[in-house]
Amino acid sequence: MLQVIAKRLALVVPTLFGLSLLLFLWVRALPGGPASALLGERATPERVEQINELYGFNKPILEQYLTYMGRLLSGDFGVSIQTGRPVLEEFANRFPATMELSIVALILAVGIGVPLGYISAKRYGRLPDHVAVVVSLVGITVPVFFLAFILKYFFAVELGWFPPDGRMDARMDATRVTGFYVLDGILTAEWDAAWDAFMHLVLPGIALGTIPLAIIARITRASVLETQGADFVRTARAKGLHDSSIRDRFVLRNAMLPVVTTIGLQLGLLISGAVLTETVFAFSGIGQFLATAIFRRDYPVLQGFILFIAVLYALINLIVDVSYSIIDPRVRVQ
Amino acid sequence: MHTRTRRQRRLGAVAGTALGAMLVTGCVASERGEDSGDAAGTFVFAASAEPVTLDPAFANDGETFRVARQIFEGLIGVEQGSADPAPLLAESWEGSDDGLSYTFDLKEGVTFHDGTEFNAEAVCYNFDRWHNFEGIAQSPSASYYYNNLFKGFAGDEGAVYESCEAPSENEAIVHLTQPWAGFIAALSLPSFSMQSPTALQEYGADDIGGTEEAPSISEYGSEHPTGTGPFTFSSWDAGSQVELTAYDDYWGEQGDVTDVIFRVIDDPNARRQALEAGTIDGYDLVSPADTAALEEDGFQILARDPFTILYLGINQAVPELQDVRVRQAISMAIDKEQLVNQTLPEGTELATQFIPPVVSGYNEDVTTYDYDVDAAKALLAEAGIPEGWELTFNYPTNVSRPYMPNPEEIFTVLSTQLSEIGITVVPQANEWGEYLDIMQGSSDHGIHLLGWTGDYNDTDNFVGVFFGQPSMEFGFDNPELFNALTEARGTATIEEQLPLYEDINQMIAEYIPAVPLAHPAPSLAFSERVGSYPVSPVNDEVYNLVELND
Repeated sequence: MLQVIAKRLALVVPTLFGLSLLLFLWVRALPGGPASALLGERATPERVEQINELYGFNKPILEQYLTYMGRLLSGDFGVSIQTGRPVLEEFANRFPATMELSIVALILAVGIGVPLGYISAKRYGRLPDHVAVVVSLVGITVPVFFLAFILKYFFAVELGWFPPDGRMDARMDATRVTGFYVLDGILTAEWDAAWDAFMHLVLPGIALGTIPLAIIARITRASVLETQGADFVRTARAKGLHDSSIRDRFVLRNAMLPVVTTIGLQLGLLISGAVLTETVFAFSGIGQFLATAIFRRDYPVLQGFILFIAVLYALINLIVDVSYSIIDPRVRVQ
Repeated sequence: MHTRTRRQRRLGAVAGTALGAMLVTGCVASERGEDSGDAAGTFVFAASAEPVTLDPAFANDGETFRVARQIFEGLIGVEQGSADPAPLLAESWEGSDDGLSYTFDLKEGVTFHDGTEFNAEAVCYNFDRWHNFEGIAQSPSASYYYNNLFKGFAGDEGAVYESCEAPSENEAIVHLTQPWAGFIAALSLPSFSMQSPTALQEYGADDIGGTEEAPSISEYGSEHPTGTGPFTFSSWDAGSQVELTAYDDYWGEQGDVTDVIFRVIDDPNARRQALEAGTIDGYDLVSPADTAALEEDGFQILARDPFTILYLGINQAVPELQDVRVRQAISMAIDKEQLVNQTLPEGTELATQFIPPVVSGYNEDVTTYDYDVDAAKALLAEAGIPEGWELTFNYPTNVSRPYMPNPEEIFTVLSTQLSEIGITVVPQANEWGEYLDIMQGSSDHGIHLLGWTGDYNDTDNFVGVFFGQPSMEFGFDNPELFNALTEARGTATIEEQLPLYEDINQMIAEYIPAVPLAHPAPSLAFSERVGSYPVSPVNDEVYNLVELND
């Protein structure tokens, strides 16, 4: 198994090289450059030239790429043009926020999606099934930013039940330990802070978790339906096994295989999908920073952040494959 | 059957708990919201972006300046509510007759936040520091204002600063290499704030360059800004907020605000909703479409006196636009009053020239081209322009600037007006970064929307920036105008400059390189909690002057 994992990890390296080249070319193909975005109305041609020279943007693209790769290999991801801070530091500062949000969204998606899909399959063709199908269809079709905006408008602005923006009340004084605010509040026994941070996660968590919830519900439903009709379930039933025993030992275990894969993939998508949710809720994670980086043509941040997300995605995929083989020993990681 | 009932009960319990929790959290949240609004002395303002650095010598963006104005003070400030220079750390000053040296009498009993004394030596230290910037610190993305206004650093030919001396504790004399009438007004910019020499040295303020391509903020600039202002730096939570605390030993009035929090919310909609939800006390650049609704809901809308100019640029690289009659016709086709009423915020003034009325050199008698469709049509016919002539009109999208809160709407009104004199507008919309690239880096554009917000009270900061040299934006070469602007910039006193700029404004009005449209007034919105806020046309708003109601 370890050998296989090592092999898979080795495969990630050339993939990332290819991705870095594509990213490099893509960000430079965006119309308008960082100089105009940085200088605004003050951008005389001389000043644009100065900035381009300063950052090396006027050098041949191949030379720029080789310089970039040279630095990348030594762990230098460059410096953000907007903030002047190292890209790595910016990522580290914002990653806990996005991770915290993604975890809440995933808990929501799995916690509701799996039971919803399961109930739907068990009540196939009946009212609960119809309700679940409609719910998941709506969940998949409503755009994230629209849902985020509506949730925020009603539950934060109109009703005032939840905070509308940020990760914590601006006036709240809290100790930072891990960067995960809820966890920090618990670790330092600052319960007010933990609660406040949690409340800030509810609406963006729902907005971000809805699409994965719908997808997970659909996959669970389909998978349970398929498994229920499988020969081994029929055999088990013929042997007189109790319903709950069939459910736990045969149906759930087998039906969960594709669901686990889906959950893993959704986690990767959540991190990248946070761009819109974080922007609507002014939630200072990597998504929001990435959105401003696109707007300001912050090349180093765009390249660096997307590469980090790709690495995460690759790792999550690997973990999914490994856990897959643990759930079902017939499946071997190849 | 039995199983189903049990499961149903379980489901009911879960749903009930969830609903209950929601109601409880709802109540708790709203209580918390009310509580936090009462946090006496804390003033939360939404910034649209993070500051770039906390060392204002290396900054030229509004959000950095907003924070810097609370922490730092310069020798010169501005008259409250106007753009005119006023005493701040210098109680008075005097220029020599030849315009080559300025003597500043400094305020006594002022200390920096690190406890060190503010005196003449500290003044000279700061001037010498700027003059002796090296390497990356000289780059235009770092010390833009010093480079641009003092025309270079130690060893550069034409550098305006010569030396500084401190004959006594409270008297500093700055020597210049050439007369510069705008010197005093320029010192009101936050970039020229006085900073603690001890802190600057201790935290390596000038160590900003990692590599040539990647300038980085110094330890001083990210964690230890040390000035004499009413607030000291507390913390900077990257991407989220900057916090300041009142400075106990401040020489002036401390006011109601004990803590300032600048919360970063880059989306204008999100800023408005944050105000409505009570998580912030105020924000800047309110969209004109939101002002009425916010006022109706009990929020206060304050307008700054306009220190902006919005213009319709005319690119003479388009052959037909080289004919002054065509440019006159375009000017006459525009009903500025309608434009302002329909698209710009309250407090906006109509523009007849490219400087706001409060800037010196404003010419009351400048030639204007009043709205007259028939005359405009006649001029076009005279210039041989056929009915239905196609003209590209560039405008930016998804951007809001103080002088142009809603480019799409402004474009719509103007293009309708131009169509009335027989011009067929070919719309060309671009996203902001790309738009600027096209305007400033290519001649491939037609008429276009752009503008400016003044940095400080200086005529050259408006007309000199636009028309002081040949540019791709306007595509003309008019040596007479360029020379007149160079001459006006180089005079020793404002009094000498005045007639020169009045003439220049008339010259521009006749030449029509662009059509001045309006001086839009940027608006701010505040909650009821804010009793008064010191609005300033040049954003010189220091929060020890904010009054809180509770």
